[in-house]
Amino acid sequence: MTTTTAPTGGGKAAAATADYLDQRTGIGTAVKEFARKIFPDHWSFLLGEIALYSFVTLLISGVFLTMFFVPSMAEVHYEGPWATMNGVEMSEAYASTLRLSFEVTGGLLMRQIHHWAALIFMAAIVTHMMRVFFTGAFRKPRELNWVVGFVLMILGLAAGFTGYSLPDDVLSGNGLRITDGVVRAVPILGSYLSYFIFGGEFPGHDVIPRLFTLHILVVPGLILALIALHLFFVVLHKHTQYPGSGRTNANVVGYPLFPIYVAKAGGYFFVVFGIIALMGATMSINPVWNYGPYDPSPVSAGAQPDWYMLFLEGSLRLMPGQTEYVLFGPDGWTLSLNVLIPAMIVPGILFSLLALYPFLEAFATGDKREHHLLDRPRNRPFRTAFGVSVLVAFFILVLAGANDLIATHFQMSLNDITWVFRILFFVGPWAAFVVTKRICLGLQRKDRELVLHGHETGQIVRFASGEYIEVHKPLDAHERWLRVQHDAIRPIEIAPAEDSRGVRRQGYRLDRMRQRISQVFYEDRVEPVTPTELAASHSHGEHDALGSDQEKAPAQLLAEGAPTGGGRRLRSQDETDPDTRNT
Amino acid sequence: MSITPVNGHDDHEHGDTAGSDVALREGENSVGKFRNPGFGPHRPRRSDVDPAANKRAERQVVVLFAISILGTIGFVVAYFALPPGETLASMRTSNLALGLGLAFSLLGIGLAAVHWAKSLMNDHEKAEDRHAQRTSDAGRAEALQVLKDGADDSAIGRRGVLKGALVSSLALFPLTLALPLIGEVGEDWNVSKFKRTLWAKNKKLTIDPTGRPIKASDVTVGSVVHVIPEGLDEAEAPLDEKAKAVVLLVRMDPRDIKSEQGEGWSYDGIVAFSKICTHVGCPVALYEQQTHHLLCPCHQSTFDVADGAKVVFGPAKRPLPQLPITVDDEGYLVAQSDFAEPIGPSFWERLR
Repeated sequence: MTTTTAPTGGGKAAAATADYLDQRTGIGTAVKEFARKIFPDHWSFLLGEIALYSFVTLLISGVFLTMFFVPSMAEVHYEGPWATMNGVEMSEAYASTLRLSFEVTGGLLMRQIHHWAALIFMAAIVTHMMRVFFTGAFRKPRELNWVVGFVLMILGLAAGFTGYSLPDDVLSGNGLRITDGVVRAVPILGSYLSYFIFGGEFPGHDVIPRLFTLHILVVPGLILALIALHLFFVVLHKHTQYPGSGRTNANVVGYPLFPIYVAKAGGYFFVVFGIIALMGATMSINPVWNYGPYDPSPVSAGAQPDWYMLFLEGSLRLMPGQTEYVLFGPDGWTLSLNVLIPAMIVPGILFSLLALYPFLEAFATGDKREHHLLDRPRNRPFRTAFGVSVLVAFFILVLAGANDLIATHFQMSLNDITWVFRILFFVGPWAAFVVTKRICLGLQRKDRELVLHGHETGQIVRFASGEYIEVHKPLDAHERWLRVQHDAIRPIEIAPAEDSRGVRRQGYRLDRMRQRISQVFYEDRVEPVTPTELAASHSHGEHDALGSDQEKAPAQLLAEGAPTGGGRRLRSQDETDPDTRNT
Repeated sequence: MSITPVNGHDDHEHGDTAGSDVALREGENSVGKFRNPGFGPHRPRRSDVDPAANKRAERQVVVLFAISILGTIGFVVAYFALPPGETLASMRTSNLALGLGLAFSLLGIGLAAVHWAKSLMNDHEKAEDRHAQRTSDAGRAEALQVLKDGADDSAIGRRGVLKGALVSSLALFPLTLALPLIGEVGEDWNVSKFKRTLWAKNKKLTIDPTGRPIKASDVTVGSVVHVIPEGLDEAEAPLDEKAKAVVLLVRMDPRDIKSEQGEGWSYDGIVAFSKICTHVGCPVALYEQQTHHLLCPCHQSTFDVADGAKVVFGPAKRPLPQLPITVDDEGYLVAQSDFAEPIGPSFWERLR
């Protein structure tokens, strides 16, 4: 390589550094391979980035907070600028939270940034997961990465839960008390699990230091490791892309990492952090100094946990209490199904469904291919409807977790609201499933209709026979491609139960079950238009059928350039000609 | 055409398409499907065709970076000029000034970089080939061979005892870590403490949190008192004891009392119930005078105090345990005994 200009001082230094590094690491190979790696562009791909950047924000603000927070339950008497708490007995954890909020300059800001970032972190994870789910990005080869992401979500919940309790205020203390009550409901082991967590009886003196270690070391360590794995998989598999002209299952179309994504993604980190800083500056969050230090006696009404825990709270609220049983006689063992079902079994089912869905769908589809093109949600009616119904169940529980606020804000009976949610929890997901599936099928029919008959132009043509028709403009190749590119997935077909000699086939029952599941997934479907169908609709479609005997069919007239009311814009040209794209 | 394939190397190995992009083309362009029309045209941005717009975009990026610098300077100024101080107003001002400075500092950089990328950097999309994840058959065979060679070198297949010893020792050694952890983490593991509270015969009922004893004559009809046992502060673990012993005391018209959990457990219309919810343990603190209902604000279990604290709504099953009370010679309210059953949420061996 020759250079025509003499390298500057900076250039020389950079070259020397690069040489030094490369001689010791061979980093040149990695730069060559990855610096211009292609990533597709779409706004929905930013959701995962928000999760990543809010996590970085959490690390930065969290390290700041650990410099001043004292994770101790030793009792102290507060002396400081927050007058209402002067002389009040409280734990060192609570006192140090007050100190870092009011006496450390910027401490309150960092605390609020940390809490807002945690809420956004979970929201970004959940919406990112929704994007991945509804577009089928979890299909082969990405099932394992879906599981990694799922575990990250659980770890996010764990991080939020352990952090929320650290200030040792009344609100979070009652949250821990609920945890204790839930844990005790576990059959056989419950009391011991409670002692395991609290180091003896609730509240004890151990839980805050223990939560602190989990919150700042174990959980974030695991999250970091799994984020690394998550991103490694993204690079290994290359990012999925939405279907579109030129995008195939065998290519990846987008912009190079350097410089586009270095600037966009790097900049986006600052945007996410900046917006969280703006929230920390202007919006108060979790003002523990108004709640007071933890004391097992008081409780405030209208208290809600952070949003990602609300579904558990709602689930606990909805469960009728009659389901607590004493087994084996009046002095037998207590089985608290009124706690176990809402706190463990319901979330367990919801989470298991989520974690296992990719494998269930692959089983039903019988598809062993790799998928790198995303699905449009309408093209997978069962999946989309299933996802929406799980979300509806989740949001009903979230709302149920706020039933007291709904009651006080809208002046309604708390008991009636609870009953409505109890019924909705069963009816809502089912109704959402049916409606969503119908909407998906309807949208698919709309796609077919559009491909077969084109856009309505609003131009009415009158024939000599007195007949009126509306001229339809055919879709150009790019528009059409988006609507016909997907595969039609049909229920799998299986070999019969008995062979020609009437001998029963091994494995038939499994196959039959699989076929049944497959039918649930794919029996109702609208298949994409094929070229044959399109040609058929052009030659004897309904508009042409309206043409009278004396005249040529309108489509034919148009093709011949007949001066109909639509003028030149109706004439079809080469369909890949950019000028004819309908935008 | 704006697409330039990069890294378009094809490494097809004698008909085995694993690892190549050929494996991913299955089903594409098959009969009965439309053909992918290929890439659409590249649409130029305003800044691509209009030099003035290009220049303007560059200026906007510079301004955004400048806003960031100003934000940082503002933050530094606020740090020194606006300490949180002693008043609510000064704390709020400090937080707002620092936060806005930080936000501008960050948003300036972020928006500048994004705007730069979107309006000034090359926006021609590029395409790369994908390759199937799977290793080719030959590659797999080699990998298997490597593992087999390693296993042969170790001779593990032929030495069963050695294998057993290895597995056993690896399976056993975590005990050394788990045993002390599990042994110590639950303090004394004496879970029967759940069944006892500080209440005992003649223990005075005192007001939470002052600890002042309560005279029966001082409690008016319709009033509610939050109660802790006398001498709570001297207990070994006051908070643990308080978490079990808190009681809610209500005085009703004796005629309103429909039932009690024990004969003679109340005193002249004064009833005392455990304040710890039998659902998951929140303090049951909301008393409605007219209906004599006690509501747990956490999950809305509702208890009828006039009817032995039976559950009338919500996720709890059992009534709040009643504390048997009476008065001593001086007229102070005292407990007759501890609760007759374990208080708080249910647990497996609650009745054993």
